Parts: sequence; structure tokens; C-alpha cells
Amino acid sequence: MKLTLRVWRQQNPETPGAMATYEVDNISADMSFLEMLDTLNEELTLAGDEPVAFDHDCREGICGACSLVINGDAHGPERTTTCQLHMRSFADGDTIDIEPWRASAFPVIKDLVVDRSSFDRIIQSGGYISAATGTAPDAHATPVPKPDADFAFEHAECIGCGACVAACPNGSAMLFTSAKVNHLNVLPQGAPERETRVLDMVAQMDEEGFGGCTLTGECATACPKGIPLPSIAAMNKEWLRATRKVRR
Amino acid sequence: MPDYAHYATGEPVVDTKAPEGPVAERWDTRRFQAKLVNPANRRKHTVIVVGTGLAGGSAGATLAEQGYHVVQFCFQDSPRRAHSVAAQGGINAAKNYRNDGDSIHRLFYDTVKGGDFRARESNVHRLAQISVEIIDQCVAQGVPFAREYGGLLDNRSFGGVQVSRTFYARGQTGQQLLLGAYQALSRQIATGGVELHARTEMLDLIVVDGKARGIVARDLVTGKIDTYFADAVVLATGGYGNVFYLSTNAMNSNATAIWRAHRRGAYFANPCFTQIHPTCIPRTGDHQSKLTLMSESLRNDGRIWVPKAKGDDRPANLIPEDERDYYLERIYPAFGNLVPRDIASRAAKNVCDEGRGVGPGGQGVYLDFAEAIGRMGRKAVEAKYGNLFDMYQRITDEDPYTVPMRIYPAVHYTMGGLWVDYDLSTTIPGLFAIGEANFSDHGANRLGASALMQGLADGYFVLPSTINDYLARNPHTEKVDAEHPAVAEVVAETEDRINLLLSVDGDRTPDSFHREIGELMWEYCGMARTEDGLRKALARIPEIREEFWRRIKVPGTGEQFNQSLEKANRIVDYLELAELMCLDALHRAESCGGHFRAESQTPDGEAERRDEEFSYAAAWEFTATGGAPVLHKEDLVFEYVHPTQRSYA
Repeated sequence: MKLTLRVWRQQNPETPGAMATYEVDNISADMSFLEMLDTLNEELTLAGDEPVAFDHDCREGICGACSLVINGDAHGPERTTTCQLHMRSFADGDTIDIEPWRASAFPVIKDLVVDRSSFDRIIQSGGYISAATGTAPDAHATPVPKPDADFAFEHAECIGCGACVAACPNGSAMLFTSAKVNHLNVLPQGAPERETRVLDMVAQMDEEGFGGCTLTGECATACPKGIPLPSIAAMNKEWLRATRKVRR
Repeated sequence: MPDYAHYATGEPVVDTKAPEGPVAERWDTRRFQAKLVNPANRRKHTVIVVGTGLAGGSAGATLAEQGYHVVQFCFQDSPRRAHSVAAQGGINAAKNYRNDGDSIHRLFYDTVKGGDFRARESNVHRLAQISVEIIDQCVAQGVPFAREYGGLLDNRSFGGVQVSRTFYARGQTGQQLLLGAYQALSRQIATGGVELHARTEMLDLIVVDGKARGIVARDLVTGKIDTYFADAVVLATGGYGNVFYLSTNAMNSNATAIWRAHRRGAYFANPCFTQIHPTCIPRTGDHQSKLTLMSESLRNDGRIWVPKAKGDDRPANLIPEDERDYYLERIYPAFGNLVPRDIASRAAKNVCDEGRGVGPGGQGVYLDFAEAIGRMGRKAVEAKYGNLFDMYQRITDEDPYTVPMRIYPAVHYTMGGLWVDYDLSTTIPGLFAIGEANFSDHGANRLGASALMQGLADGYFVLPSTINDYLARNPHTEKVDAEHPAVAEVVAETEDRINLLLSVDGDRTPDSFHREIGELMWEYCGMARTEDGLRKALARIPEIREEFWRRIKVPGTGEQFNQSLEKANRIVDYLELAELMCLDALHRAESCGGHFRAESQTPDGEAERRDEEFSYAAAWEFTATGGAPVLHKEDLVFEYVHPTQRSYA
């Protein structure tokens, strides 16, 4: 198939960017979206132009590196990561808009590549269980009820791609933050740091410049891993509980 | 024949660190012998860790917990994206929670045998011992392993082993273990114990007075090339499967760190030992950028077949039962579709080479669930394999409940890597290699669910003990900085290489060279290797290298975010590593594990090991680009697990 691509090009954070238009031909329906961009980049390289920069790595939907807004949707029209989106979701002759994640807490580095280190700093503020190597008791010392273990897993599936932020009209990171809070707070091993974890992570999230949550639900709709919207409510409950319990 | 193949054989290489005595006591003995660093003095020592996967992430966190100052690097934008994240199946541990006869000794035995008797017994036994502690550690960190209704951990069996010792978190065990290590590392970043440089790629090793003292790295955002110094350097940079272009590795996984270390004096061991996984989704065309693995558990119920006739291109459902060849069941009646990975992979290649492959380009075989659906019902198949079927359908747009899946083997893991002793030290003092980057534990073939175990064993438990000994014995009083002549030389070489890549301005893209070397390696150094083919590859590789430096085109500059430059620079190293892999495969005129030499097979076509000649690890010493390397042999002694020939017929 033949496509028209309108792609955000931006040399660096300091230079203003703009949409550039490219035509690509001979695109197979079996290609992934990123393989389609590979094709464009090979052509640009041979023409002596700089290829379009985009983040990607595992290309099997688990590393969370890929991050494109395609026709206005984070990760495009299917509920999956961009690397697992295939060209059969598009039709011959389509015009496709490709933009980076848009959020003030994710500044653009180049073209479609953004800086998501704010997510790392949220984890650093409390998204862990303090268990230094070698201190652990036997793995069976503390049974975990299966529903709790499943609840933890469901939230631990987050790949940290940032689609939730990109989809949110407020640029909020509530779904990302709540996924980690809920994963760790439901486990008995996470209980000792339960209150400080949620308070510190929410504070860090605010400090990074993410917007507030107005429960529009766009985040959970865009999430390629299906982190559920009630995750946010569960975190709010944890936060209220913690503020009552901890005097700071 | 190029001079490259006329290698010399040097002095044997010997592991001097594993203590004598019963194998089960060696690790305790070594830990007691190892010198310690006073806790108050640890913060004065800087350790560089390159890579943040299971091995690097766990090592960085643990070293910082002990009080060392850790400077850590990853080329990804976040440590959480290292390719360990993609491991699906699980992690082995000799917990014997099933009470099914498992033990540390049995895990040790299975791993030595699974590696086809090309691994070091001392290391493998230690791995089996530590496996137990890993599970405890991960549970304490909140890794959500699968559990049963009583709240205890679930296990499954894996890869033909007779016990259930694999712990798992649905099909995302690697992700969950990696996030555990990432979170431990994040905690240390917050305390200042770890100084993290993300989007920063190691380009060379700094060796001063024979010891590893730092690295040269490029900030991938600004393009700035900088130096970092330390008392010891740890490489946790993974395997080199991407030399084949198409593999299940992540796109950016690369061999530069280990190859540059090799060029600086670290021996490279068993480079030809590559694991080819039988159940991957076949390529669909020339645009293919990577291959996706499907869990090998599918072989428990799926039946593998191809048409009996060459070039039979009828749809699968129109091929009658008596015109199908269930070749694994035919050739290996005892094991059928459950033969080990290397055997299943080679058999698929053979039928495709005969012209009986299915799908685009004839590079595929059917994995058919029709019989399973008839026997168990669609519901049961869905419950067991639903997520895998969904993944297959998303990628291929075919419904595996009604049309047989198509699968084909793909490069998945590299057992070879930097040679290390029992302390995980390379042949350069102060340079350590952990995880897939080293060669130590899997011999010639890795068993399923053992890679995660080894990465975490090295990072959480082995390296943090053994590195103490090195640091205690090597208190570096002499400061090294960018002014040091040895450092200035490495920086200049790196800058020259980058500048040269940018200045050639030829007419071929980096990807076109990567694809070319990958196809050559797959053809001649892939699933079946012959002397003829390997010699052809050895003649061709220097030509590709020469063409590369004449025709490479890298747009943009070095002082910016430049993904073409990153790729091109990695290919420079693949073009040298490929040569060593072919030479190693040529010199090892036996078949063992994942290394199949067509000249060395039993009358019924199985891999034939030749222990009298090849019971050693081949550690290669670099001399010059294109110049013959020197072979150092480490003799392998089997005191506990006695070598036998495998048979599955």
C-alpha cells in the first residue's frame, strides 16, 4: 500500500519543531508500524537526510520503549504497543499523523523521542520494597492469598511506556503511579512502607509537573497492558488512609 | 584461505579461583578465602557497572547496599527496559517445593548434562546452590510470582526436565524479575549509592597498567564522548545474538562492550555456542526487523508437520492426513514433538532445505492444534495457551484455532561470551563479566528457565562476594584521569572511529550491512555448520568489512542524538565478532549442544561429541583486526557428572 505520513520533526529540545510530509510506497500489511518507519528511514538515509528518530527496542510489546501518538491516539488505533501495531490496521492511500508523546513532564529530545526520566524518579521516590540482598526469609515464610497475588500482578504488568500520560487531557501520571502503589501495597512484604510509599510517590508525581486527574478514563483506554481505571481509586484510598495515619 | 584461520595455540587458561575439595563446599570455601573490604572503606571504592538487566541491575543494587560507590550505565532511556524484560517462561530453583525428588545436586546434574558437558562443574554447582536464595530474595522484593489458592508459590515443569522447579509470573517472568531488580536499583539511586547514566553507551574499556580502570562512553542525547573511572569495571551487557541481524533479541542489544573489552585483552570463550530456539514466528518478508518467540510449552500439545511432497502449496486443511509428514514423531518416536531445542530446530531446517517448508519463502513448518482441540476441546486449549494464540494472531492475522500455526527456528541466546574464572573475573584484572555476557554456566546449550537464574545469581550473590577480594587486594592509590596517556589514547581512538563513520558518506545504509552479515552468519554459522561453509564465510567477512568502510553512509553529526551512528558503530564490532564465531565453529570439529558440525554426526544423524579432542572451553585472545587470534584451552574435568552421548530416538 501507499501512504502519506505527516511526521513531527524537531532537531533538539531548543529548536521549534514542525510536521513534515513524506510518501511511502510498497508497504506490506504484515509490517509492524515501526517496520514501516524503518522503510521510510532507509529511504531518507540514502537520500542523505536524517532519519526520523523514535524510541524502540524489544519490538514485542514488553520493554515499553516505543511511544508514538498515531492519528491522535497513543500507540494508534489498536489496544497494543506501537511495535505490535501492524499496517493491516491501515488502508491504501491513508494519511497518517505521527507525533511524540505530548506532556510537559515528557520534554521532546528529538523528533518522536521524549524524555521519560520523570517516571524513573517517581519509582525512586518509593516504588520499591526495601529488602537488601541476603536478608530475605524463605519464600514460603509468608503466604500471599491468591487474589492479592493476582491483584499485585495485574498492576505490576505496567511497562512504563507513558501512553496513559500521553492520552490524558491533563497529562496526568495517576495510572502509572497507582499501578506501582497497588502492586506493592497489597503484598504483605510491602506493608511496612505502605504509607510512605504512596505519599512520597504522589508528591514526586506532582513535583515532576504531571497534571491532576479528573477521571476522564483516557489513560486506561490507551494502556496497552490493560491497567484498570479503578487502580486510581484504589490509590486515592491508600493515600487518604496514609494521610490519616501518618502525621507529616 | 585468509591468514585469519591460521591461529596459534597458546598456553592453557586455568581457573585458579575455584577451591579444591568436594564440589558442594567450594563456594563456602571461596567466600571464606576471599578478602573483605572494611565497610567504612567501601564508599572510597568506585565500581562501574555497564548494563541494567537482571545481572547488572541486581549487581548495581547489591554493591551499593554494601556501601560501594556504583556508577552505572544503560543505553536505554530507563534501566527498566533492559532486554531481560522480554523473558517469558520462568526461573529454575532447586527448592523442591513439589517434593518430587528435586535437589541442588539434581539441578546441577541437569544443567551440566543439558550443556552437553562443555561447562565448568564448580560454577554450575554454585549456580544450583544459589538458585534457592534467588527466589527468597525476589519474593521479599514483591515479585508477584504465580501462587496457588493456599497462598504458596506455584511451579511448573519446563524443557524436558523431570521435576517441577520453574517459578513463573504468567508469561512475563523476565519482566517481573527485572522490575524487582530495577526497583532495588532505584532505591539505591535515590540514596545516592548508585549514580546512573541512562542513554549512555560504553564504547571502549580503559586499561591502565594492565588493569581495568574505566570506560569511554557516549552520551546518546548530546553525542558527547566522556571518560569514567573506577577501581573495577563490571560488564553486564548481555549476549551477541544480534550479529545474526534477525533474532529474538531487542533491536539495540549489541556486542560492543564485550567486543571492545576483548580487543583490550579479555579472552572470548566459545563464541560459536549459539542457541537457536525452535518455536518462533517465521519472517514475513524482507522488511522483517526482528523475530518473536513463542513459548516452547506449545510443543506439549501441538503436532509439527510439513507436506510430504516438495512445493506442495495447498492450504493446510486441503492436505490429506496421509500426505503429511509428522517428521519429529517419525524420526524420534520416543520423544516425538518434545525433543530438545537444538534437535527440533535442526529438523525444521532440514525439511525446509528439502523444499517442503510452508508459508512465505518456504521458511516455516506447521504446529497444528487440530488434534489437541479434538481431544481436549477448544475451551481447554484456550485455557492453556490462550495468551500465546492471541499473540500469534495479532502478529500474523491468522487464527491458530482453525489454521495451523507456522513456526521456524530463530537465534535466541548466546552461551559463549567473555571467559571468566570462578570469581567472574575476565583475563583483564579488575574487569568482571556477569550474566549472558560471560560464558560460564551453560556449556554448549542452555536449558529453559536457566538464563534468569544465572543473571540473578551472578548479580545478587556471586559478584558482590568475589569483587571484594579483588578490591581488597588492589587498593588503587594512583588516581587515573583523562590526562593519563593510556586514557587519552583510548579516547582518541574512539573519536577517530566515530569521525570516520561519519565521513565516509558512501551509498549503503547501516542496516544493509547488518542484514548482509546476518544472512551470511545464518547461512554458514547457524543451525548446521560445515567446514566448507565456514571457510566461505571466513573468506567473505573481510570483504564485507572492507566494503563497509568504503560505502557506509551515516547522516547527521556526532554531536547530536544520532541513531544511525549508534547502529553503524555496533556493526563495526559485529563484522569482527562474526569472524571469530566462524573460526571457533571451524576449529571445533565436533558437534555439541547448539553447535552442530555436519561432519560429526552419528549414523542416525544425531550430534556426535568428541570428548577426547574437544573437552575444553576455547578462549580466544585478540591480536589485530583480521589477524589470527590465539587459542587458549581450558580443560574441562568432570568429577561428578560423567559425560554420555545424548539419544532421543
